[in-house]
Amino acid sequence: MTNALVSLHELRFRWHARGPEILAIDALEVAAGERLFVEGPSGSGKSTLLGLLAGVNQPQQGRVEVLGQRLDQLGSAARDRFRADHIGYIFQLFNLIPYLGIVDNVTLPARFSQRRRARALARSPSLAAEAKRLLRHLDLDQPGLLRQPVSELSIGQQQRVAAARALLGSPELLIADEPTSSLDTDRRRAFIELLFAECTEMGSTLIFVSHDASLEGLFDRTLRLPELQRAADSHMTAS
Amino acid sequence: MAILRLALQSLINRRFTALLTLLSIALSVALLLGVERIRTEARASFANTLSGTDLIVGARSGPVQLMLYAVFRIGNPTNNISWQSYQEIAAMPRVAWTVPLSLGDSHRGFPVLGTSTAYFDRYRYGRDKPLVLAKGERFADLYDAVLGAEVAAALDYRLGDQIVIAHGAGDVSFARHDDKPFRVVGILERTGTPVDRTVHVSLEAIEAIHLGWESGTPRRGLEIDVEQARRRDLTPQAITALLVGLESRIATFGLQRRINEYPQEPLLAVLPGVALSELWSVIGLAENALLVVSAFVVLVGLIGMLTALLIGLEGRRRELAILRSLGARPAQVLELIIGEAALLTLLGMLAGLGLLLALFALGQPLIEAQLGLHLSLGLPKPREWPLLAAVLATGLLVGLIPGWRAYRMSLSTGLSLRL
Repeated sequence: MTNALVSLHELRFRWHARGPEILAIDALEVAAGERLFVEGPSGSGKSTLLGLLAGVNQPQQGRVEVLGQRLDQLGSAARDRFRADHIGYIFQLFNLIPYLGIVDNVTLPARFSQRRRARALARSPSLAAEAKRLLRHLDLDQPGLLRQPVSELSIGQQQRVAAARALLGSPELLIADEPTSSLDTDRRRAFIELLFAECTEMGSTLIFVSHDASLEGLFDRTLRLPELQRAADSHMTAS
Repeated sequence: MAILRLALQSLINRRFTALLTLLSIALSVALLLGVERIRTEARASFANTLSGTDLIVGARSGPVQLMLYAVFRIGNPTNNISWQSYQEIAAMPRVAWTVPLSLGDSHRGFPVLGTSTAYFDRYRYGRDKPLVLAKGERFADLYDAVLGAEVAAALDYRLGDQIVIAHGAGDVSFARHDDKPFRVVGILERTGTPVDRTVHVSLEAIEAIHLGWESGTPRRGLEIDVEQARRRDLTPQAITALLVGLESRIATFGLQRRINEYPQEPLLAVLPGVALSELWSVIGLAENALLVVSAFVVLVGLIGMLTALLIGLEGRRRELAILRSLGARPAQVLELIIGEAALLTLLGMLAGLGLLLALFALGQPLIEAQLGLHLSLGLPKPREWPLLAAVLATGLLVGLIPGWRAYRMSLSTGLSLRL
C-alpha cells in the first residue's frame, strides 16, 4: 500500500479477450493534490486509461487503486457507486444534460451520491446555493445567465458549467478528458487556471488528458502515455 | 425517484414529440375504455329491452325464437296461442297481469302489434322505465294507432294522419287492409328498444281488419265495411304471445313449469332475462371483435411510443454517457428510459380517461335519446381496471426495448463516446 491517491500496478487492458492489448502500464502513481497532465496522440489509450481510473472499464490483469480502494476487485455496481462518490468527470464536449437548467446540471452529482450531497451541503445551505457559489468562482455569475437553457451557452461557458458539476461535493479525484480542445488558446489557459483554483480549494487531485503539449507547463507533472506504454512493452520483451 | 424526476424533465424538454405520443396513447385508451363501457352498457340495455315482465309465453318453439318474434318482432311465430289458453293463463293463481301480443301485419316495413292498453302500463325497459307518450294519447277507438318514435320520425307522421296496414310482415305487400285506414292518435317517446319501430293498435282492430280474410285473402263480395265491423264480435280467436307479470317472483318457476306442461296446447314460457342473455351470447361476438380491434389500436399507440423512444435514443448517447460518468448504473439508465415509457403510458391513460369522460358527458344526452344507452361517467369500473393494468404493463414492456438498448449502449461504450 502506498499513500498515493491513484496507483496502477502491472496493468493490462484489452477490449476483447482475443483483441490487441490497448493499455499496458507497469506502474503509475498520482499523489494526493497533484495536477497531472497526461499527454498522448489519439489512439494512444488515453480515454481507456480514464475509463479504468473511473471504474467504467475493468483490467484483465493488474491493480487499479484509487483512494486505497482496489477498483479491479469491486463489482460493477460498487464501482459505479465509487465513481459517484469520489470522482468528478469532465468530457471534451457536450457535458451538459440538455433538458436540465444550468443549476440542475451542476447539482446532478448529488442525485447519484449521498456523500457528495452531504459534502456540498456542508459548504452551502442548499445544493442550489453551492452550485451558484461554484459557478460564481468559475466566472458564471452574469445576471440572467443562470436562467438560460444550457444549449444557449457558449462552449467555453458550457465547459465551465461542466467543471462546476465535476467539483460539486468535493470529489477527491477530478478527471478531465480533453476539456479544452474546443476552446481557443487564451480561453484554454483561463479555464485551466480556474480549474486549478477550484481543485486547490476543494482539495481535489486532477488528472488532465490532452493531446495539446503546449499546456503541460501549467501542470505539476506530465505523463507521456506512449512512453509509459513503451516501458511496459520493453518490460514484456525483456522478461 | 431521482431517476423518475429526470425522466419527467427529459419528457418536458421533448414536449412536442412527447405530447404527440401521449395523444396517440390517450386516444387509443379512450377508444378502448369507450368500447368497453359502451359494450357493457349495450349488453345491460339489451338485457333490459324488456324488464318488469316475469314470463313471455308463446307457442312451443325455442326460447330465442320466441324472444325474437315476441320482443324484437323479427321473424314469424311458428304457431299461435288460442284465446282460451290466454284466458286460462291470465286466470292462473299468482298471475298479476297479462298483456296479449298479436303480430303478423306491418306498415311500410314496420311491424304492427295488436295489444291491449295494459301494454302501455306494463311494458318496462331499461331500469324499470315505463313507456311515455310524447304526443297524443293511447288508442281508444277501434281504428286508432299509436306509433313508436322511429316509425313516426322515419315516415314523418303526425297526430291525425291516416295509415293503412298491410297484410303480412313484408316491406312491400300487395295485400293491404286499405278499406280500413287507421288514425294516428299517439306517438311514443324514444326508448332505444324495438317499441320504437312498432305500430300499436288494439287487439280488436287486428280482428276487425281481418274480417272476411279468414282464407288469407279478402273474399270478393263479402267485404265488411268499417261500420259493420264495429258491430261484430271482435274477440280474437288467437294471439301470438303474451307477457305475464306475477304477484311474486318466487312463483316464476312454478308457473313456468305449469305453462310448459299445459295439456291443451303446446306452449313455451321463458324468463326474458335468461332468454335475452342467451340471445346476446349469439350476437355478442361482434362486440368482442370490437374490443379486440380497440386493443390493437392501443398496441399501435404504444408502438408509436416505441418508435419515438428508439429514435430519440440515438441522439441521447451523449446524455447516457454523462449519466454514467456521474455514477449512474446501467440499471439506472434502463430505469430512466423505462421511466419515460411508464410516464408517457400513465399520463396517456389519464388523458384518455379524461377525454372519454368529457366525450361521454357531452354526448350522453344525445346517445341516451337516440340509442337509449345510458353512458355512465365516473371512475373506471372494476371490469376496466384489468384493461388499464394491461395497457400499463404493455407500455412498460414496450419501454423495455429501448431501455435494454440504452443499457447495452451504456455498458459497451462506457465513457469513451465520440460524436
